[in-house]
Amino acid sequence: MPVPAHLEFFIDPSRCIGCQACVHACTECDTHRGDSMIHLEYVDRAQSVQTVPVVCMHCEQPTCAEVCPADAIKRTADGVVQSARKPRCIACGNCVVACPFGVPEVKIDRQIMMKCDMCYDRTSVGKKPMCATVCPSQALFFGTREQMLAMRPQSMPTNQFRFGGQTITTRVNVMVPRTPARPPIVDVTAAMEDQATNRTVRLKVFSAEEADPFAAVEV
Amino acid sequence: MATIPSDPLTTIRAFGPHLSAGTRGTSSDQPDRLVKTHCCFCGQQCGIQLKVKDNEVVGFEPWEEFPFNRGMLCPKGVKRYLQGSHPDRLVSALRRDPDATGGFRQIPYAEAIETSAREILRIQQQHGPGAVGLLGGASLTTEKTYLLGKFARVCLKTPFIDYNGRLCMVSAGAANKKAFGIDRTTNPWSDMVGTDVIWVAGSNVAECSPITTNYIWQARELGAKVIVQDPRITPVARTCDLYLPVKPGRDAALFAGVLNMMIQKDWIDREFIGAHTVGFDSVVEYCSAWTPARTAEVTGVPERSLHAAAELWGTAKSSFLFHARGIEHHSNGVQNALGTINLVLASGRIGRPKSGYGTIVGQANGQGGREHGQKCDQLPGWRDISNPDHRKYIASVWGIDEAEIPGPGVDAYEMFRKIDKGEIKALIAICFNPKVSLPDNQFITRALDKLEHFVVIDFFLNDTAHHADIVLPGSLQEEDEGTVTQVEGRVIKINKAVDCPGDARQDWIVIQDLARALGRPKGFTFDSPRAIFEELRIASKGGVADYSGITYEKIDRQMGVFWPCYSEDPKTGQPTPDHEGTPRLFEPDSYNPVAKGAGRFYFSDGKARFNVAEYRAPVDDASEEFPLFLTTGRVVSQFLSGTQTRRIGPLVNQYPEPRIELHPRLAAKLGLVDGQWATCETRRGAITLRAMVVTTIRPDTIFIPYHWPGDKSANRLTVAAQDPISKIPQYKVCGCRLRKAEGPPEYAARLEPQQ
Repeated sequence: MPVPAHLEFFIDPSRCIGCQACVHACTECDTHRGDSMIHLEYVDRAQSVQTVPVVCMHCEQPTCAEVCPADAIKRTADGVVQSARKPRCIACGNCVVACPFGVPEVKIDRQIMMKCDMCYDRTSVGKKPMCATVCPSQALFFGTREQMLAMRPQSMPTNQFRFGGQTITTRVNVMVPRTPARPPIVDVTAAMEDQATNRTVRLKVFSAEEADPFAAVEV
Repeated sequence: MATIPSDPLTTIRAFGPHLSAGTRGTSSDQPDRLVKTHCCFCGQQCGIQLKVKDNEVVGFEPWEEFPFNRGMLCPKGVKRYLQGSHPDRLVSALRRDPDATGGFRQIPYAEAIETSAREILRIQQQHGPGAVGLLGGASLTTEKTYLLGKFARVCLKTPFIDYNGRLCMVSAGAANKKAFGIDRTTNPWSDMVGTDVIWVAGSNVAECSPITTNYIWQARELGAKVIVQDPRITPVARTCDLYLPVKPGRDAALFAGVLNMMIQKDWIDREFIGAHTVGFDSVVEYCSAWTPARTAEVTGVPERSLHAAAELWGTAKSSFLFHARGIEHHSNGVQNALGTINLVLASGRIGRPKSGYGTIVGQANGQGGREHGQKCDQLPGWRDISNPDHRKYIASVWGIDEAEIPGPGVDAYEMFRKIDKGEIKALIAICFNPKVSLPDNQFITRALDKLEHFVVIDFFLNDTAHHADIVLPGSLQEEDEGTVTQVEGRVIKINKAVDCPGDARQDWIVIQDLARALGRPKGFTFDSPRAIFEELRIASKGGVADYSGITYEKIDRQMGVFWPCYSEDPKTGQPTPDHEGTPRLFEPDSYNPVAKGAGRFYFSDGKARFNVAEYRAPVDDASEEFPLFLTTGRVVSQFLSGTQTRRIGPLVNQYPEPRIELHPRLAAKLGLVDGQWATCETRRGAITLRAMVVTTIRPDTIFIPYHWPGDKSANRLTVAAQDPISKIPQYKVCGCRLRKAEGPPEYAARLEPQQ
């Protein structure tokens, strides 16, 4: 049974708490037991607790498949880009290099590319993907567009991404704030100052001109 | 004789913590059955289905119908199943033996029970019943906690029982008792969605109660403003509307300052205050001294943010405030919690949909475990062991004379002081690992060494059990059934998935076997957790925590029952077999058996109490000698003292060892770089860990998670100062100093990360 067209995957990075429930849940899958197909990274832990989860975006025209010399990557009619087919995959890594989202990985020990297949074993029998089911902040959500729009009025789904000259349309959506997002709080010292400081992400916290409120603190 | 029997390293090599595999089972495994139950870890108690094959838990399946978490789980919940069939699982009783590998030798279960009973009887004959102490825990089912309270008072006849909730929930509990006359979160979590403002006071929700994150963020999605008060930018603080970077230990001052601003601006509900509360005037007087400037100076939160908090909270139409260990783990913990309650009562926003107050419990049964008698001053049904009527009623349920029930004991930490003084000579411990979890834990180690007899009931050889004379193999959560009460006050059912392996027994059987061997089996002949629950229903009847209308069947049918749930209508006395429980407290038309119609709150006049919530500086505050604040807490992949989670491979790999979080400004001053070894020192001791340099913590504060033992233990540093009312330890602040270490610590080459 195909994955029903009205059920979509949504990623909302602003909700991600970096707990790795999705990563651990992914390792429980019967088809790639012990390996997670999700990439969950801190953007820059020194500066922020922001993390971003990335699953396969399931492109309409998958670059990974286009560059595959062995024709090992197939997109099924329901829009799911399947993991490499074992008899064909030569583990060359073209797909790893080409994917604009950085999703596929070549497992050297098994000589095969593996990636997220949207839990095909679950979604093709009417269940939700494991990661989106367990995600405690629902940064990963699987359901209908109507549900999502009703639940998340502050943001909207997008599934078009531009990389240089390439525009990619995906089956997976990313939630984007409807109004420009308030910059997140990234450095405690900004919240400690009497005057509200410009809340932009400052890559350097040691600005020479800036008065250091802790200059007098003996440590 | 409770000194450790051999080199600790040999004990660790023999008994762990070793790591589980990453997963279990294969794709060809078809489970025999799925068991609907709950996670064994935190107080959220997420519904989960365990996959069982051949008496082994081989995986999990989300339980999407359970209303609280609807399938959601944190990493601990996902991998919790790996604690079963673990190589470290204790499958037989152990006896201390310095000549045996690892310091313990296996002995028959019956011999272990008889040995312990003999020692306990000997010590009680020589020194009196109070020479034996009992430590319980809030990860046990309510049936077990009830049985432990009864076992201490009726069988051991000792006043000395307490539990690890002393480290956890007691500040909230004491404050709730003083302000509301009942100790429970007031509203179901679903009430958060649709509220105007949510104030998170000292709770790293994303890591300690991850499922709550979705509730907060769903509320935010619908327009709620979120205020977060924390010395660290936690994942929930990152995107909040107002972040209050409070200096550790200054929470009561912050609440007083904000309430003062609300009073000045008349952002308070005078009608509600007049009709439903007493004591506001003295709170107004106390708060008036907390001017914005003084509050800002003491708390480290700028005036502009204090004003913003007062305005957001003061002008909201609906609101939800909750707090956790961040404000409770203080020698001023009860005052801090009362400070939040004052903000809630002054707003008048309680006892209605979308407006409430809650305390986030830390452990699976953090709520139920504090209600039915394993606390030193408590009898079942949230009754008071010093109240003659309460004693009389419980004595009648237990079939003993009221005079036979001992008086109040002392808190868990004080029990160790009594052990140190030689007053308590034998200790029975279950579900408690004080050598890791209590502050100033080198003192705990010295006290343990002095015990004449120490019995531990556990499923793994926890760090404290290294001192045991006898270890009795107990049960994992999935090997037994029973109820727990989760964060919302919802009583839920833990269901048995597998049998205990080897000689291991369900904990309630072990306790009853001890009672029988002690020659006092009367009252300890239950044949099932259900039978214990049936007695607990009667024992709790008429108490504030009234469970009399709850049955296992009703829990199944309703997917949980919020207490109080009455078997008889408290107003009319008519039987109410269909009473559905009480999801929301203090509603306008509600009737409770304490106020008897006089009002909504659980006092005879029906009115809530404002309490002056006084700020006191922390004990062992930052000083010239120890200029930084040390604060401690959890990481998402570990739980409590790590007895379980330091054995689950994927969770260990996620965050293998503790690190010291510090701000780059502080790092620059100390010449420290991310990843370098740093030594943190307090008046109690010093430990050396790697530095983690992040802008997400106050520059005057460092953070260390507490889940590890020995040379990695944050509680080697923490201070054993306690709140005078709740006796909770002050884990969240003490003075410390930090320096670059000369090199790696000695343990680095010797121990695996989880050990």
